[in-house]
Formats: sequence, structure tokens, C-alpha cells
Amino acid sequence: MTEFDALSKEDGFRPELAGRWRPGLRESALFDRNAIHEIHRMAREGIYDIRGFGAKRRVPHFDDLLFLGASVSRYPLEGYREKCATDVTLGTRFAKEPIQLEIPITIAGMSFGALSAPAKEALGRGASAVGTSTTTGDGGMLPEERDHSDKLVYQILPSRYGMNPDDLRRADAIEVVVGQGAKPGGGGMLLGQKISDRVAEMRDLPKGVDQRSACRHPDWTGPDDLEIKIGELREITDWRKPVYVKIGATRTYFDVALAVKAGADVIVLDGMEGGTAASQDVFIEHVGIPILAAIPEAVRSLQELGMHREVQLIVSGGIRSGADAAKALALGADAVSIGVAAVIALGDNAPEFEQGYEEIGSSAGFYDDWHEGRDPVGISTQDEELASRFDPELGGRRLANYLRAMTLEAQTLARACGKSHVHNLEPEDMVALTFEAAAMAKVPVAGTSWVPGADSPG
Amino acid sequence: MSPAEATIESVDLAEVDVRELNQRLHDLAGGEPSRWRVTNPGGAHALAVGLDAEVEVEIDGHVGYYCAGMNKLATVRVHGNCGTGVAENIMSGTVIVDGDSSQSAAATGRGGLLVVKGSASARCGISMKGVDIVVHGSVGHAGGFMAQRGALVICGDAGPDLGDSIYEAHIYVRGEVASLGADCIEKEMREEHRSELAALLERGEADADVAEFRRYGSARELYNFKVDNAGAY
Repeated sequence: MTEFDALSKEDGFRPELAGRWRPGLRESALFDRNAIHEIHRMAREGIYDIRGFGAKRRVPHFDDLLFLGASVSRYPLEGYREKCATDVTLGTRFAKEPIQLEIPITIAGMSFGALSAPAKEALGRGASAVGTSTTTGDGGMLPEERDHSDKLVYQILPSRYGMNPDDLRRADAIEVVVGQGAKPGGGGMLLGQKISDRVAEMRDLPKGVDQRSACRHPDWTGPDDLEIKIGELREITDWRKPVYVKIGATRTYFDVALAVKAGADVIVLDGMEGGTAASQDVFIEHVGIPILAAIPEAVRSLQELGMHREVQLIVSGGIRSGADAAKALALGADAVSIGVAAVIALGDNAPEFEQGYEEIGSSAGFYDDWHEGRDPVGISTQDEELASRFDPELGGRRLANYLRAMTLEAQTLARACGKSHVHNLEPEDMVALTFEAAAMAKVPVAGTSWVPGADSPG
Repeated sequence: MSPAEATIESVDLAEVDVRELNQRLHDLAGGEPSRWRVTNPGGAHALAVGLDAEVEVEIDGHVGYYCAGMNKLATVRVHGNCGTGVAENIMSGTVIVDGDSSQSAAATGRGGLLVVKGSASARCGISMKGVDIVVHGSVGHAGGFMAQRGALVICGDAGPDLGDSIYEAHIYVRGEVASLGADCIEKEMREEHRSELAALLERGEADADVAEFRRYGSARELYNFKVDNAGAY
């Protein structure tokens, strides 16, 4: 076999062929080794790359903001003595039964199909232990998740896989998914290797097909129809359940206004950093705007309608820590949502599984082929042997610990700013490290009073 | 007691609102069969949605979007035309429309039967997951789009892109098919299909000869992505 034959047929990385830098060999910033590798892959396979995880490029993010702790001009709260509340109520606008959460961090929608049943159970266990909610996903409501989630948000997606009025009535809230941050304008994807018998049955699909969900809802188009659709969901559930509308962050100011007009109780806003179990890499990296840029646009829209805090705002996309959460709340969100971070808390990408990752051509810290169903940790798989490696009780404890630590971090920052509730954080408590972050978050560059773009109309 | 023996409860939507009608119908879940007659619907949306009891509901007039949405067990008859998404995500029971239906009839339906005695507009049976649909007239474009399970019977003609991206649903058409969508092909009519169709025509109160129908279904070429098929998308 010649080298050209190998280039056309070889699949997967071969470390013995990796280029080695020496003084005098200069790598192109544009055509770096990743870009060259991807061009060769496209030349070999003739198709876009599909993967999981979220955007890997660097975008302006919460790391580019800092809090101004209290000093002479403000006074802080005692860290271990004075209360800093974290509770949040969602669905106060129309729902007879709003959801009460103890912490302002929820678990984002992730389907059974994308995740194994034990992983879904672990999400329910962890969230319930700390008084927050989980969310179903594009594959119906799994009994294991309903049983272990005290508060479960039931997504209604374009595919409507497994959609069932009994589950609608069993849910604690309903989330109409218009889009997600990883791929605003795109539909769900679950490749054949993850369509097991149980997944196929729940979705009314043949086993083993590449499932490509619709990107538009089958029975409504546009904001006027959405209003009628939400009305139907409220009628079916006797106006008891909060109705969320989830959007990917793009034209956020207008999309939020239209969702409010359509009757949403809660807006779920997912930035371009938001995760996915399977999407085209080109979609993940090139569509949507950073959550940092989207939150102020959503808040401005809500405030102009007199609906800020009346319609609650949940934001997501690359949230990793209590600092990220606190900064999102300070920009005006009512709660944040985590997906990728929750999966990592369960054990994804942990170095302890390095041998398993190496066997499938990846490495701990880099693994993103969640669509392939070969996850050595047993989370993003439908293989029974792999899934059985995952312990849902232990996973649930790890997630609960992580959520508690995030909450403590957010409280620490809020107390430092003198706030008795995390919702009392405000943009005025923050400054930006970069011009880009200052312009997007609409807070001044640190040490200045300059907010780039503040003089121009929104 | 069968529903036929029950006394008829009347609800005049000129007097009460949709919320009260639906609440009264929901309160029947798990109870005795009963019969209901709804007058003056006035094109209202979300009429008789989320029913979960063996009741018969007759609606005298035209209805808006999502009539009988997510129906279970109940029989809903519309003596008029209906808007978008009639019987959307129907689970069981029967929905009968005397007139015409707008788009997305029985969208994502998972069981039960929808009968449209007039014609149905675009995307009839979109993403259907087990519902049976009998249309006495014709259907618009993209009938049976992404249809997964169940049967769509069209006694008249089918518009363009019939059965686009269809999975395992069965489509039967008596008249002309303007064009077939991606991965949809005409298939052999075997004995099992003739008997399925005969039963559907009877349940759907349609007077048509099984021998006049052709069957369409999935070529299953797009079930798994092949780069050579990229032009089909």
C-alpha cells in the first residue's frame, strides 16, 4: 500500500505519523495541524464532521468579567453567618403550579438515546438531592428519570418522539424547544449505532437508522402559531404547568419578545457554547452568539416589555462554575442551566478512564465523539455492557456535590458584593477585562467608565 | 352503559368558554361513558384537547387549530371544517371531520384513527407514529412527510412530495400522485396490504374499491447516511 492509499483509507489518528516540530519548521496559524488534519479527513470521507460536546473555539465569556467586591463604598455580608438566599420560582406568569427550586442551577435537556438510562437516572438523583430540576430531551420521558427527578421538565421538540399526554400531565413543566445554542436552526441527530431496541421503541423508529430530527415543528410555524400551540398545551394540562420556550441565541432581542408575546412563562436561552450529543462541527462552531452577548439582549427585551422577573430567564451555554452562574445572574438571568458540565460531573472525560479512551482513539480531556455510542464511562452510550459500568447512585452523589459547590461559589461572590440573595447581583457589580466583553455584557472596562457601544442604540 | 345510551350533555360556546368545556371533559377521565354536543364553536382553537375517557363529542360547526389534540379513547366528530393540526399526536380513539382539514392533520399521531371526509391540506400525517388516517378527498403537498408508523389512505389525489423521508408507514393512494418525495417509492400491493386497506376503508366510512389503490413506502435508501446519496437531501 502506498502512502496515498493509506491517506485515502486510514481512519483514526496514528501517533507514529504525527509531525514533530524542530527549530526552523514554522507552523501556519491558519493551516495548523488541526486544519490540515480536517482537510485530509474531508478529502477522504466527503462529509462534514459530526461530534458531541460544545464549541471549542474561544469566545468572549464570563471569564472576561470580574466582580467588584464590597469595600468602603459598599459593605459585604458575613460568609458563614449572614444568609444569602438562592431559591427561584419559575412559571409565575400563567401557571397555576409554578416550580420552586432551591438553587438557581437546573439540568438542561439531554435525551435518553443520547445518554444511557443509568446516566439519566443519575441526573435525576443529583438534581433532586439539591432541590432542582432535570429536563427530558429528544426521546420521550424515561421512567427512570421521572422516578428519580422530583421536578422534571418535559420537552416538546419538532420530532415529538415519545410525546404522550400522560407524560405531559406527569411533568412539572413543559419546555417548547425552538432551538438550542449548539445548532440554532438545526434538528436533532442520533446515529444508528445508538438506536437500540428500547430507544427505537420509544421513538417509533426502526432499530439502527440514522435518526435526523426535523428542525421545524410539525404543526406550527412562527410566533402567532406558537401562541396557539402554547394555548393548546395549557388547555391539555388545565393551565397547571409552567410553559418554557427554549431558543438558541441568535436574534435574541426579537426572539425573546416574540416568545413573551406567544405566552411563555419562562424563556430558556442557550448560547453558542451550549452542548450537544451529536451535531455537525460546522454548526457547533459557526452558528449562534456567545451567551455573554445574548443575556443583556434578552434582559433588555424583557425590561422593555415590563416582563423582567415576571417571565423568568434561564440561560445556558458553557456554564462551569459558581462564578459563571453568578455572573449570568448578575446580568439579569433568574437561573442557569448546565448540560456538558453535568455530564462531566458524572465522570465524563475523567483521566481515570484514559485506557478506555485510548482504545477508541481519543484521550481524557478531548473526548467528544458522544454520537458514536462507545463511551468507556457508560454515559453517552446505549451499549448495555458500557452503560452497566456507570453507577447511577454514585453519579447522582457526584452531581449533587458539584451543584452544591457551584451554589456555594455563587453565594460567596454574592455575599462579597453585599447581596442577601443571588438575584440581587446586578450588572453594576461587574467590570470587564476586554473591550469585547465590555461591549457584549454592557459593563465598563475595568478601571474605566467606558462601555463600548453604550452610546449607540441597541 | 355504552356512550350511545348516555344522555347528551350540551355545551354552547356562545355561553361558556373553551377552558370550561375542556375542564368538564377532562373531569370525565376514568368515569362512565357520556355524550356531548358542542354548539357555536366559532373556529375556536384547542377544542376537546387532551381527552382521556370513552366519551363521544360532537361539534356543530367549524373549529380552529388542534381540535382533539392528543386524544385518548374519545370519539370526536366535527360537523364542519377544521384548522391546523386536528388530532395532533392522537394516541387512541377516533376523530372524524365531515368537512376539509387544514395542514398537519394528525401530525405525530401515535395511535387511533383520523377520518377526513373532505380533503386535507399540506403535511397530512407529518411524522405520524402509528395513527391511521383515511382521507376521502385529496391531500396537499408533503403528505406523510417523515411518516414513521401507521397508515395514510388517500381516496383522491396526492400533491407533490408524497411520503418524503418516510420510514415504515404505509401510504395508499387511489388517484394521481403529483410526485414522490425523497426515498418514497411505489411498492407491491400484497394480500396483507389489501386486507389492511380494506379494514381501514371500512373503519374510515369510505366507499372505495381496494383494487383501485396503489401502495407507497420507504425505499430505505436514506436510513443510514451514505455520501453518495448527498444529492437526495
